[in-house]
Amino acid sequence: MNPDDKRPYDVEAGDGVHPGHPVIVDRYTVGARINHWVTATCLVLLALSGLSLFHPSLFFLTALFGGGQWTRAIHPWIGVVLFFSFAGLFIRFWKANLWKSEDNTWLRRIRDVLAGHEENLPELGKYNAGQKFVFWGMSLLIVVLIASGIVVWDQYFYALTSVEQKRIAILVHSVAAVVIICVWIVHVYAAIWVRGTIGAMTKGRVTGGWAWRHHRKWLRELVGRRSGSGKTTAG
Amino acid sequence: MFPPIPNPPVAQTAPKFDERDLVRRSASSIPPPAKRQTEVAKLIDVSKCIGCKACQAACIEWNDTKQPIEQNLGVYENPSDLTPDMFTLMRFTEWENPETKTLEWLIRKDGCMHCEDPGCLKACPAPGAIVQYSNGIVDFVHENCIGCGYCIKGCPFDIPRISKVDHKAYKCTLCSDRVAVGQGPACQKACPTQAIVFGTKDEMKEWADFRIKDLKSRGFSKAGLYDPPGVGGTHVMYVLHHADKPEIYAGLPGNPTISPIVEAWKGMTKYLGLGLMGVAAVAGVVHHLIAGANRVTPEDEANAEKLADEGQRQ
Repeated sequence: MNPDDKRPYDVEAGDGVHPGHPVIVDRYTVGARINHWVTATCLVLLALSGLSLFHPSLFFLTALFGGGQWTRAIHPWIGVVLFFSFAGLFIRFWKANLWKSEDNTWLRRIRDVLAGHEENLPELGKYNAGQKFVFWGMSLLIVVLIASGIVVWDQYFYALTSVEQKRIAILVHSVAAVVIICVWIVHVYAAIWVRGTIGAMTKGRVTGGWAWRHHRKWLRELVGRRSGSGKTTAG
Repeated sequence: MFPPIPNPPVAQTAPKFDERDLVRRSASSIPPPAKRQTEVAKLIDVSKCIGCKACQAACIEWNDTKQPIEQNLGVYENPSDLTPDMFTLMRFTEWENPETKTLEWLIRKDGCMHCEDPGCLKACPAPGAIVQYSNGIVDFVHENCIGCGYCIKGCPFDIPRISKVDHKAYKCTLCSDRVAVGQGPACQKACPTQAIVFGTKDEMKEWADFRIKDLKSRGFSKAGLYDPPGVGGTHVMYVLHHADKPEIYAGLPGNPTISPIVEAWKGMTKYLGLGLMGVAAVAGVVHHLIAGANRVTPEDEANAEKLADEGQRQ
């Protein structure tokens, strides 16, 4: 890492490192975690209520929401909550998710990623390219979903669009929903597969070893910032 | 004159069809009925319509709907569109015939066409909210309706309307309750000119032939029957004096079909979508079985401690 570069590489507010045995690294603040779990709850509820109207074999899921009428009425409102909740996550996380040159290398070595050979991968900042795909994928899909969702929210917006526009919107909405559920599966699976990750979103902390193994550039910056904070102002 | 349907007997009569006669049920697969009933149809002869709106009045009366009074918009349509309380509507068009240079006042009674291949039913996600009887009647079962409005997207004729009161979809039932006891629809009963007649689909086609011959003899060489094949035919048909141009009758679609967008949404998307989600989940399980968990090693922790210590010493 270049010590002359005064701009933080991709350290987010609240990130910090505590030397010890083991080293503890703060990854997500309480605010970020609450924000994340509100979004997560909304996304799961939206998937369940949406899927119940997507395929007849899943219609029984409407029982979770108090029947078909309730499911139809509540699904768009959960979507509104999700939209604003995710907007909070977007503001928190977008900067650290900007594409960097090492992300291209990471992608080229996707076989090593899947095989768990992280020694063959470049040192990474707070997020790897896979996490960045999830972030930008979610961001784009949520915009598509809220926009197409409003077009088919007949209770309030029926008069604004033609039937043909509503047909297109519902097709776009269902395709986007399928894709976002797949993105969600990748997100959840990655968190389970890479052990030690879930604690980042529950307790807010990871171990130094986890940060060293998966996000070494980020860890180096956190350590450097802790020791070199005086130096940067002087230099 | 088409022989009128006699009045019903005073004694109670058992319904002629019920849920055992369903050929289609939304979001469900059902066994085919033991035998198909004779298909029924309503024939609307636009050339005989005088625009009196007795059919609308009879519809409101029989279905006991309370269509609110609207503003006069300077046109003859009243109300201005189909509503959850107005299942049928006379649509008026002033059309200048380019051949004769005369003004023709076209009046078409709009409402559900009771398609043989109903787009509303195909789009409906709620099991049993839309049903089709073997005699061709497509009916909404309101206790199963969830008010999502998918039927509106499925319909090639823009017929269903969602009530703002109970959030359920409404449309013409072809008076299934009247037909079940051997009566014709209320609109047919009320029509003073026999512009609306009701019977079996074969009878209606035969009557239409007779009417079309009559119209042709009067100079309407393009007179014909509107029974659009794109939706498998309909159980409400029109005799049009300009059957080559259905669009002039307040936008009656020339070749109505279920929109390919709706077919894609309710066909491919549904199956590929579930398949894709399934594949993603299975891929996760398989990957974990092959690659195993990605664990932090003691060396990783040691390296982190070394790095942190170096940082502190600086």
